Amino acid sequence: MQDKVHTSYKQLEQRSKYTNMFLRWFLYLVLILFALYFIFPLYVMIVTSLKTMEEIRQGTLLTWPSGLNFDSWAVAWGGRGYGAGDTFLKPYFWNSIKMVVPAVFFSTFIGAMTGYVLTKWRFKGDQWVFLFLLFGCFIPFQAILLPMARTLGVLGISNSVIGLVLVHTVYGIPFTTLFFRNYYISVPTELVKAARIDGAGFFKIFFKILLPISAPIIVVTVIWQFTQIWNDFLFGSTFSFGEAAPIQVALNNMVLSSTSVKEYNVDMASAIIAGVPTLIVYVLAGKYFIRGLTSGAVKG
Amino acid sequence: MFKWLEKNLPKIVMAPAVGLIGWFVYGFVLWTLYISFTNSKILPKYELWGVGQYVKLWGSRKWLIAVDNLIIFTALFLIFCVVIGIILAIFLDQKIRAEGVLRTIYLYPMALSFIVTGTAWKWILNPTLGIQKMFIDWGFENFTFDWLVNREMAIYTIVIAGVWQSAGFVMALFLAGLRSVEDEIVKAAKIDGANLFTVYWKILLPMMRPVFFTSFVILVHISIKSYDLIVALTQGGPGISTTMPALYMTQTAFHKSQVGLSAASAMMMFMAVAAVIIPYLYSELRRENAR
Repeated sequence: MQDKVHTSYKQLEQRSKYTNMFLRWFLYLVLILFALYFIFPLYVMIVTSLKTMEEIRQGTLLTWPSGLNFDSWAVAWGGRGYGAGDTFLKPYFWNSIKMVVPAVFFSTFIGAMTGYVLTKWRFKGDQWVFLFLLFGCFIPFQAILLPMARTLGVLGISNSVIGLVLVHTVYGIPFTTLFFRNYYISVPTELVKAARIDGAGFFKIFFKILLPISAPIIVVTVIWQFTQIWNDFLFGSTFSFGEAAPIQVALNNMVLSSTSVKEYNVDMASAIIAGVPTLIVYVLAGKYFIRGLTSGAVKG
Repeated sequence: MFKWLEKNLPKIVMAPAVGLIGWFVYGFVLWTLYISFTNSKILPKYELWGVGQYVKLWGSRKWLIAVDNLIIFTALFLIFCVVIGIILAIFLDQKIRAEGVLRTIYLYPMALSFIVTGTAWKWILNPTLGIQKMFIDWGFENFTFDWLVNREMAIYTIVIAGVWQSAGFVMALFLAGLRSVEDEIVKAAKIDGANLFTVYWKILLPMMRPVFFTSFVILVHISIKSYDLIVALTQGGPGISTTMPALYMTQTAFHKSQVGLSAASAMMMFMAVAAVIIPYLYSELRRENAR
């Protein structure tokens, strides 16, 4: 009797072991299939950029290139060397750098300051001020596009990198404020109070107490702003279309320009060049990227 | 004087941010609202003209197509992103080997711009050399996949690329949510004899209500604003079959020079976003105050 119970229990255990193993395999299968779906476009982009047009016509999307042929990369970056109609990414890549660096710096700095005041120098109605700024995260930019175009025109900085720096700084403030406010709110206010009793002023407290512990949130904010501004197309294409265009606009123009033969290899090389800076940041600092993504969107 | 300065320093530091947002966000929205009630063409005019632009807008076939597309896109984009996101999050939560690598793969599209994404998918989906040719070369001779150039189907190509870009994001939100649940709850349920499926379906997923809510708000927000992806993938075509409100707005303003009409469409988008965001902010703030 005892023995019988024992075996049936063992059988049961055995069976559940098999189901478990089956489930486990199924789990990995699904995860890997999805991984393939996500990696597929990147793979196609890379191999296509390394093929000649002849190879592209003969093979399929997945065909491995015959060799490491970086010709289309050179064309995408530096052009073919003839004059008119030769668009290539190099100048626009630098436009984007010139736009991103100051815009990220200013918006991060302003956000740090407002976040600091909103948590450590609270005043009556500061909740409302925060809400007032926060709403800026969500407005559809179409609702400010027309007046912005007029304003940049009046200021004489439409179609310039400076204009884009202004635009990106302003519309970055709600996000940077949100990041810093949510970070500083967890810093004990007692620290600040004690320093105030010791006679430290507004800026001294910021630079001596808060700034030294702000490294993580600065990284999160800088990555978030960098990715947003680098990837922006709406503002770039509306306010800056000529020489001063940022890289995403140039990429789109290159791909759409209807020359006689469509060169998919050059298109793909261009797309990779435009995507590589944010991709590198993501690979190197994925943890901070995700943190920005979740708290930037989730709020709090 | 010095004392006053010292006392009000925090407010002075706040002033630029509040001023900039006040002017560039609220002031500009009000300006757009005003212009939407005028008969502005190339240049803004300031005499009021009533609701004529809104009447014109809702009588325009192109706008109605744009709204239709937005509804189709939003529904599918939401469903696919949430379903794929949840599946991936739950599966990744099972003590998977190489979780970090898989997570990185699922989320990297979020680091790319919609223009880059659109360019890549346009090449993959193009009927002559893309995925269609791949299947034909593999021996499926009658395989056709021409959605990109097919009026009826082109909108779904935007869904494919959009889901590819954003599903990983939903996964990240749900994974963070699942990880924040105390182990004890799951253990207790298992002791009571619940299997894994029941644990997720009856206990964990219902606990994820705030995450569902957040995902919903963010995805709807992304879809109302979607512009770059359409520009890169279809330019609103074939014909006008994949126009969406954001594209309609910029085309009307900058190609057709109908500033008043364009402002009206921008205000419709603004109201749609506000209808989703205001309840969200309200509930978030209430939760924060309750803490």
